[in-house]
Amino acid sequence: MAAVTGDSVTSAVAVDLAETSVRWLNAELHNPTASRYRVLAPRGAHAIAAGLRGEVTVDVYGHAGYYCAGMNDGGTVTVHGSVGVGVAENMMSGTVRVRGDASQSAGATGHGGLLVVEGNASMRCGISMKGIDIVVGGDVGAMSAFMAQAGRLVVCGDAGDGLGDSIYEARLYVRGAVKTLGADCVEKPLLPRHREELAGLLAAAGLDHDPAEFRRYGSARTLYHFAAHNSAAY
Amino acid sequence: MTSEHSAFGLRPSATFDAATIAGIQRAARTGVYHIRGGGAKRRVPHFDDLLLLGAGMSRYPLEGYRERCDTDVVLGTRNARFPLHLDIPVTIAGMSFGALSAQAKEALGRGASEVGTSTTTGDGGMTREERGQSKHLVYQYLPSRYGMNPADLRKADAIEVVLGQGAKPGGGGMLLGQKISDRVATMRTLPPGIDQRSACRHPDWTGPDDLAIKILELREITDWEKPVYVKVGAARTYYDVKLAVAAGADVVVVDGMQGGTAATQEVFIEHVGIPVLAAIPQAVRALRELDVHRKVQLIVSGGVRTGADVAKALALGADAVAIGTAALIALGDNDPRHAAAYADLGSAPGCYDDYQDGRDPAGITTQDPELAARLDPVEGGRRVANYLRVLTMEAQTLARACGKSHLLHLEPEDLVALTVEAAAMARVPLAGTSWVPGGEW
Repeated sequence: MAAVTGDSVTSAVAVDLAETSVRWLNAELHNPTASRYRVLAPRGAHAIAAGLRGEVTVDVYGHAGYYCAGMNDGGTVTVHGSVGVGVAENMMSGTVRVRGDASQSAGATGHGGLLVVEGNASMRCGISMKGIDIVVGGDVGAMSAFMAQAGRLVVCGDAGDGLGDSIYEARLYVRGAVKTLGADCVEKPLLPRHREELAGLLAAAGLDHDPAEFRRYGSARTLYHFAAHNSAAY
Repeated sequence: MTSEHSAFGLRPSATFDAATIAGIQRAARTGVYHIRGGGAKRRVPHFDDLLLLGAGMSRYPLEGYRERCDTDVVLGTRNARFPLHLDIPVTIAGMSFGALSAQAKEALGRGASEVGTSTTTGDGGMTREERGQSKHLVYQYLPSRYGMNPADLRKADAIEVVLGQGAKPGGGGMLLGQKISDRVATMRTLPPGIDQRSACRHPDWTGPDDLAIKILELREITDWEKPVYVKVGAARTYYDVKLAVAAGADVVVVDGMQGGTAATQEVFIEHVGIPVLAAIPQAVRALRELDVHRKVQLIVSGGVRTGADVAKALALGADAVAIGTAALIALGDNDPRHAAAYADLGSAPGCYDDYQDGRDPAGITTQDPELAARLDPVEGGRRVANYLRVLTMEAQTLARACGKSHLLHLEPEDLVALTVEAAAMARVPLAGTSWVPGGEW
């Protein structure tokens, strides 16, 4: 196929989405004939590199649309640009890195793996996260980590309204200001084990902030059982 | 009211009837609204309010015990590489492992497989028992995404994007802590024993334009193999179906207000949504206007009990029906042999709806190992298969009487209504007249 060429510099297979469909790309990535791919001219296309399984490396040069690297399970995806809604949604394992900014619901419902957004992430970052680790270099928007069940969200900038609303057992680390906390989300002590955990996450993301600059948030666990006297909390 | 009351001239209120009074008293006592399982219990216009027109001079019937009346249906022909080809147009609706025991899920899979139809997962993911015993398994994609993973997605035979259900259109859910066993908790990534909330809307898309992209993603992940269903609770059905088709659904599932739930507020169950009878014509109208009727298949559910219900739903334009509550009853739910156990729980056979409690003596809506062990999945599967066969044979009997050699040949012209309300909702004439109340669409 004319749009797919071996790259002598990186030994990656290049796929030009100006000439090749996302459907072809994903079918190739699901049963890869190479270990590295370079995706060119993404032009905001949706579902780029969705459903990867196993170790395959994909570099996307440009901006991606919705659900880039959705349900990733073992792949390593780097977007050299910004991404639309739901990057790495429901990720199981692997690494997804966004060099630019991410739209809403980054890492939503992710079960595992590491999502790094080097820029800012919009609303509902980490919504309903189930074990994924998310590191955001900048700010996150409102209602981030809503109903977050498990995993870690690290925000190196500020967090918007309602952080961690109705949170379960996820751990949140924020370096900047938190506009407001959501229902049942409280600040908790940053113990040595948390600093250690945070240092590991920052190192994995390639960021060199001092863990001591962060504050930790988590569940007060007061809404774990439905009770009428809590109705004002919702 | 007893005859003794009548003798003394005592008159209970129609407005404040016994159930209403008990509800007020319960609310005053507990300070919490009533959460229960099941579907709407109030009388609403239903399939019983329709009649089929058997053949006579103007129609030619088929011989009941000789001539074929086929029953198969193909679902998901619009986009999927591998549509589902079912032997009968009666499927098992989505019910979660968590709400139901693993034994019940396995039994439903066994029963469905025996007669060549599909069963459906629920909130909480796919169990090995269910996948192992289900020839055709529909994997629900729900707002909570509990247990959602791409490996199971690829194991499924179809994907059902759930926007809502008939018992609670617009509502989420709550699986109370007593049903969150260690296994359920692990599958849902939650601590055992806490109340588990199911979100009412999806976390990473908000409207029909987004849904189109979400469906595209699901197709990309599964290499365009699986049919993608979209399920809605019956409410604004005409618009919901149009938008679901526009978003790319291969199959639309419409669940009427009689459809059951594992647990939600009584006020929600009884007061939100519309009867399945009113929803089907709206859905069919939407599909026809888009010229996709029979191309995008329609599955309806909510109070389907008999082969007559099946035949009437298909005659109104559905391609298949789904059963939930009736399948549980076939498994043994509300069986009189549990009368003493129901009495201990303050209930009775025919009235038991405390699915949220996890103390089901029939071992169906529970995670208690001792209770769940009461249900033999093999025997339960046999009962479900028997029931599905009866539904199908009943529907065939009625279809032959209308001169149809396939269940899907039933049509609205085979129906009349017994009541003005049913005629207006179902868009068929009042029996003995040519009157379809409600005017033009």
